[in-house]
Amino acid sequence: MYSKNVKSTCEKISRSTSNLQYSYKRHIKEKVIELLLFLAAFFSILITFSIVFMLVKESFAFFQQVSIWEFLTDTQWTPLFNDAHYGILPLISGTLVSSTVALLVALPLGTTIAIYLSEFASYTVREITKPFLELLGGIPTIVYGYFALLFVTPLLQIIFPDLPGFSLLSAGLVMGIMIIPYVSSMTEDAMRSVPMHLREGSYAMGATRFQTAIRVVMPAAFSGIAAAYILGISRAVGETMVVAIAAGMQPNLTWNPMEQAATITAYIVQVSLGDLPHGSIGYQTIFAAGLTLLLITLIFNILGHLLRKRYRQAY
Amino acid sequence: MVKNSLVESEASGISLDQYKSIVKNLSFYYGNFNALKNIDMVLHEKQVTALIGPSGCGKSTFLRCFNRMHDLYPGNRYEGDIVLYPDNENILSPYVDPIEVRMRISMVFQKPNPFPKSIYENVAYGLRVRGIKKRAMLDEKVEDALRNAALWGEVKDRLNDLAFNLSGGQQQRLCIARALATDPEILLFDEPTSALDPIATASIEELIADLKNKVTILIVTHNMQQAARVSDYTAYMYLGRLIEFDITDTIFIKPKNKETEDYITGRFG
Repeated sequence: MYSKNVKSTCEKISRSTSNLQYSYKRHIKEKVIELLLFLAAFFSILITFSIVFMLVKESFAFFQQVSIWEFLTDTQWTPLFNDAHYGILPLISGTLVSSTVALLVALPLGTTIAIYLSEFASYTVREITKPFLELLGGIPTIVYGYFALLFVTPLLQIIFPDLPGFSLLSAGLVMGIMIIPYVSSMTEDAMRSVPMHLREGSYAMGATRFQTAIRVVMPAAFSGIAAAYILGISRAVGETMVVAIAAGMQPNLTWNPMEQAATITAYIVQVSLGDLPHGSIGYQTIFAAGLTLLLITLIFNILGHLLRKRYRQAY
Repeated sequence: MVKNSLVESEASGISLDQYKSIVKNLSFYYGNFNALKNIDMVLHEKQVTALIGPSGCGKSTFLRCFNRMHDLYPGNRYEGDIVLYPDNENILSPYVDPIEVRMRISMVFQKPNPFPKSIYENVAYGLRVRGIKKRAMLDEKVEDALRNAALWGEVKDRLNDLAFNLSGGQQQRLCIARALATDPEILLFDEPTSALDPIATASIEELIADLKNKVTILIVTHNMQQAARVSDYTAYMYLGRLIEFDITDTIFIKPKNKETEDYITGRFG
């Protein structure tokens, strides 16, 4: 009651004084801007939800015909054969093996490069090195694919004569090289954003550059480094071209990187390029596979988020 | 000027302590900028020496020469000597390893800068860097350092908590404990209370008074009252020069130099 009185009094006053009059023009403009910003944000959410919706809808149709149990436990993936099997395991194994090989290359190398650039390199060296690294990240993935197939595989065959023409090892190695710039630049950014006074504290205790980098700077940059690793993992799991070209497209339940196999993404490429009728089970398999891929990356993202939350530091 | 003040203090019957360090004709350059100009001074063993002066006068720059902190950045150059006793070695000599210097001369910074580690590991850091791994030895040193920093009682039940969970004053005492854990010969304080509230400031000042029996202290402070409260000797610096250096009481009660007097009395700076 009281506030209402105050409000009406205020309104009377503002109406009576022209200098401070409520500017509808300004406020409407502000509202319009706010609405536009909201729509932009809303649009991205809408897209995300429609993608998930589509994946789930088609997958649902798929799981009407194939039980989830079969999908998760069958060891063969031959949806286009007469004797159709719908076991996702071979695709998951291919994805995990190629990603593991890639991460074994990208995480240690990317981290080492980041430590060097952030803590050791002089200004000049850093300024010369970084553009080259960024260039590495700008090479189209299809080029990496051919690099793997036509250069790395023959090279590996010198060391391992039994290596087939398509292999997870070759694809994984090249994928790792491809991911290095992402890991190194994000890790370096995280390390460089650690405040100087923290480093000085370490040096003042008699620590060397390396001790400071490993014992103080890296723990302080942990949340950023975790984000870099998660991004690297997501890229490895979701990478398509390199594995489609260099790893072969044969679904193969194996944990041996020396064999050829298909990853989830490679399978999706293979099927999407064919002419399967809409609504057929073969068509629906790519949505089930896509949903699986989404879930895998989602798990890593959630893990990364939890890690970041756990270790976030404020300076 | 240094010689004068020493003669003076001898004449006034105050016994001269042994010198921990003698600074001879020290100049320092950030690239082409001459930040310190021909400084001569001494550090008395197990006494507190304060550096005062207006912002930008070079007092922090001077302090950071003592642990060769300037070596971390390219383009910095020292001239002159800082001789450390009893070794009688010039710590600015190019043959001296700055890491060896920092092993013996610790520093506490303006803003508390605990590492992203537990309270225990923060204090143990300097020991671990020196390769000490024995748990019993670490435990003992950590406890001693925390006791000396008047923090043991507050943290003894939560040594494994992250250091960031401590209050600002506690964090600064933790940084002092960290600096003390390695038994330094000189402890450098770079405006250690400027980021703290008055109560935390008082506890740090008390701590400095307690520590002076154990270690030689050099402290930069913005706060003249603080210099008067905690120090035995005071140096007034202005524009990279040492204007006057003497026993603290003399500086504050009867400075010889007009510039010092103007600064102390607040007519300038």
